[in-house]
Amino acid sequence: MPRLIRMDSTGHSTLAEWTAEDTAAHEGAAGLFRAELERGYIGMVDHGGGKATQVVELPLDAELVLLRRPIAGG
Amino acid sequence: MQPAVPLPELAGVSWRSLESGESLARRGRIWTAWTLLQAIPFVGVAALLMVLEPLSAPVAFLSLVHAWVIPELYAFRGSNVVRPKPTRAAGPEEVAQGLLGDLLDHEPRELQRQTGLALEPGAFGIWLVGEGGAVLVAPGGRRVHCFCVGVSDGDLPPSDRIAHLLLALRQDEIGFATVANSSFSGAAWRLRRRMAPESRPALTAAVAAARRLRD
Repeated sequence: MPRLIRMDSTGHSTLAEWTAEDTAAHEGAAGLFRAELERGYIGMVDHGGGKATQVVELPLDAELVLLRRPIAGG
Repeated sequence: MQPAVPLPELAGVSWRSLESGESLARRGRIWTAWTLLQAIPFVGVAALLMVLEPLSAPVAFLSLVHAWVIPELYAFRGSNVVRPKPTRAAGPEEVAQGLLGDLLDHEPRELQRQTGLALEPGAFGIWLVGEGGAVLVAPGGRRVHCFCVGVSDGDLPPSDRIAHLLLALRQDEIGFATVANSSFSGAAWRLRRRMAPESRPALTAAVAAARRLRD
């Protein structure tokens, strides 16, 4: 089942789960996703094989969508 | 090599030129030249002292020590980016470790659990990602570039910090190397001596992988 996960101080928090058939659950998850983006999080989908992409809308078919904080040079 | 969506953090360092294999190689040469420029005068002073007055050997020796210490200090600064931080709350770290493990293949996962560093092949070479920065082993395995980069959220467990950097690196390697601050470039053996003993196997593995990349 696809999941929306935020990396945070607890290790990570599962914010939402949905299925391709359950549009209501997906819309709810999309709303949570947008709210986290507004808080400064960045949406990511890891494709394996050393590739990841940033997403600005919650994809319906991704198995795992991760929310990360911005990085900066130290 | 440029991703469809560049790293958003690049907007914060818009004055920087994007990194490339050539720019990294040039930076390495500059580091070497700068280090030599600082070390050679001390070698020269030691030689001159010995020529002028052999009894000044102790002072000449101290001068040689200076010449040796300068690159070691630079390497120590570089090693700080992958130095293990003090242990924090175990609960969140266990949760974060599970997520990070899902992002890594079997061998890098085991290596990360043993050493605290995640090995990630890239176009510029082999990366070792830690919670406070990353080391890039250039193709050939002889030169390393150390980058200080991290997440500003101080409450994140170590494995989450690594996952943040790993995802950013996987999204845009050029952007990642551009956003990060360079803290050292030099010989892999010199960095290895300054790394924590438990982290050294990760550098050994990265150097071996980088040697296979050569040509």
